[in-house]
Amino acid sequence: MVWFILRRCGSAVIVLFVASVLIFLGVRALPGDPAVVMAGEEASPAVVEAIRHEFGLDKPLPAQYVDYVAQTLSGNLGRSTQDQIPVADILAERLPVTLELSALAMLVAIVVGVGSGIVASVRRGKLADYVATGFGLAGLSVPHFWLGLLGILLFAVTLRWLPASGYVPFTEDPGQNLQRMLLPALVLGTGFAAILMRQTRSAMLGALSADYVRTARSKGLAEAKVVGAHALRNSLTTVVTVLGLQLGALISGAVVTEQIFVIPGFGKLTVDAVLTRNYPVIQAVVLVTVIGYVVVNLLVDIAYAYLNPRIRLSGGGHG
Amino acid sequence: MSLLEITDLAVHFDTEDGLVQAVRDISLTLEEGEILALCGESGCGKSVTAMSVPRLLPPGTTKLSGSIRLDGRELTTLPEPELRKVRGKDVSVVFQEPMTSLNPSFTVGYQIAEVLRRHEKLSRRAAMDRAVELLELVGIPAPRRRVKEYPHQLSGGMRQRVMIAIAVACSPRVLIADEPTTALDVTIQAGVLDVFRDLRDRLGTAIILITHDLGVVADIADRAVVMYAGRAVEQAPVAELFARPRHPYTLGLMKALPSAAVNGRLAEIPGMVPSPMSDPDECAFRARCPRAQDDCATSRPPLVRQAAGHLAACFHPGEQP
Repeated sequence: MVWFILRRCGSAVIVLFVASVLIFLGVRALPGDPAVVMAGEEASPAVVEAIRHEFGLDKPLPAQYVDYVAQTLSGNLGRSTQDQIPVADILAERLPVTLELSALAMLVAIVVGVGSGIVASVRRGKLADYVATGFGLAGLSVPHFWLGLLGILLFAVTLRWLPASGYVPFTEDPGQNLQRMLLPALVLGTGFAAILMRQTRSAMLGALSADYVRTARSKGLAEAKVVGAHALRNSLTTVVTVLGLQLGALISGAVVTEQIFVIPGFGKLTVDAVLTRNYPVIQAVVLVTVIGYVVVNLLVDIAYAYLNPRIRLSGGGHG
Repeated sequence: MSLLEITDLAVHFDTEDGLVQAVRDISLTLEEGEILALCGESGCGKSVTAMSVPRLLPPGTTKLSGSIRLDGRELTTLPEPELRKVRGKDVSVVFQEPMTSLNPSFTVGYQIAEVLRRHEKLSRRAAMDRAVELLELVGIPAPRRRVKEYPHQLSGGMRQRVMIAIAVACSPRVLIADEPTTALDVTIQAGVLDVFRDLRDRLGTAIILITHDLGVVADIADRAVVMYAGRAVEQAPVAELFARPRHPYTLGLMKALPSAAVNGRLAEIPGMVPSPMSDPDECAFRARCPRAQDDCATSRPPLVRQAAGHLAACFHPGEQP
């Protein structure tokens, strides 16, 4: 198991290396000379040359890459071209907001999605199954922005239960924070819950008709144990896989959701940075997203190995 | 009173294509310590008959009528929670597919211990110790190590032994073994049959052995019931059955045994099994039977006594084809 995790960590480092090279080259490939942009249209070639030297832009690309990695590792991600605030500071402020939103949305998705998926599979062909699959299809088809607007209309405007938008940091007022995060988390979690529901349902249907479930029944075990231990345990690999695969959808969903609810998170930062061509921020945003992906996939792989003894015990070989 | 008495059992499945009559009016008894073989070709209803005892057929679509009594206690009307106390304890099952019948996510020790903790209320520790003993009992070497392993680390024969260990953990009165050796190599088959014989001798367990393999029947069973199209067509002590088969279907099965092959070609029974959807009042084997006469088409032959303990359902019984 330890070897397995170390191996996965090794491949994660390789992925990060490749990603950093791509990000580095991607920014260099953009049209325009950053030194000229910084110096201004009217500047003399000597000034441009000085700036180029100051930022190391006259060095060969590999040397520039080494500088870039060294800077990034020491926490220096450059400054925002908009307001000269260090990008690292901006990230430190925005990232926790999105992490909270995503975590809440994922919690909603797991509780609702996995729960209703289990119920639907056990009650296959009955009313509960039709209700769950019906809502699942609806949840899958409805776009975030529409659901978000409807939610604001119903809960904020008509019922006046929840505030329409805005953000209060958790450290300032946890109650207010959760109240304002509830609706965005529900909106963001809905599509996710629908996908999880469908995957859990089909995985559970497969597991429930498996021979080992019949064996469990033949032992005289209670139905709760048959479903909750024997069938669910073998369906969890599917659930975990879907969780990992859907992370991308969660990030893009967060961008839209934060925009609707005016939440100053990572998603909103991304949109604003793209609109203002704030390259240092875009670069950092992409890097953080890649790291997020790699870390989540690493966790998924580890969870996989934990759940599936065939992977866990295959050791160094073909896992 | 016999240990197990099945009377007029009929099992129908409600499918999209209509009502499938899997088992039709089966009556049989099982004595303590007896090994009873249910034989016949695929789809003849032998598995369904046996699985009706612990009611392990798909609920909802299964319609069951007749009576199944274990020690005089009616099982067909027993409520589900009560029946769960019978499953795994009084009646247990060894399934056909050793490769898929164990849960891949749990150690074999856990899966054996589970049934002990459920019925014998053993502690986790005591159940695991007992699991090691059971693995030894069914002939698995190094049981202390094996008990911590997962099914994928074991061979098919070993998995089948684990299944048997689970089934016998609570010393059941009746053990149902559904084609327990079909998926195994011939050399391993003999070992598994020895385990069954040993259990019967040691614990007095009665065994219902479901098989299409007459070689297995001759090897281990005391008595056999031959089924065809959902009905019992012949029933006799094994020695009697092999010495003097009366029903032409039984005779056909015996001729289809590889050892009886003439000129290197297996004898086969011509024709097809009749549809399980309809049940005309005639002998179901009529269309494939070399002895068929006009009377076979006008009514169904009843299961009648041919000799002591020997029943057959044929208007023209005899040992010659």
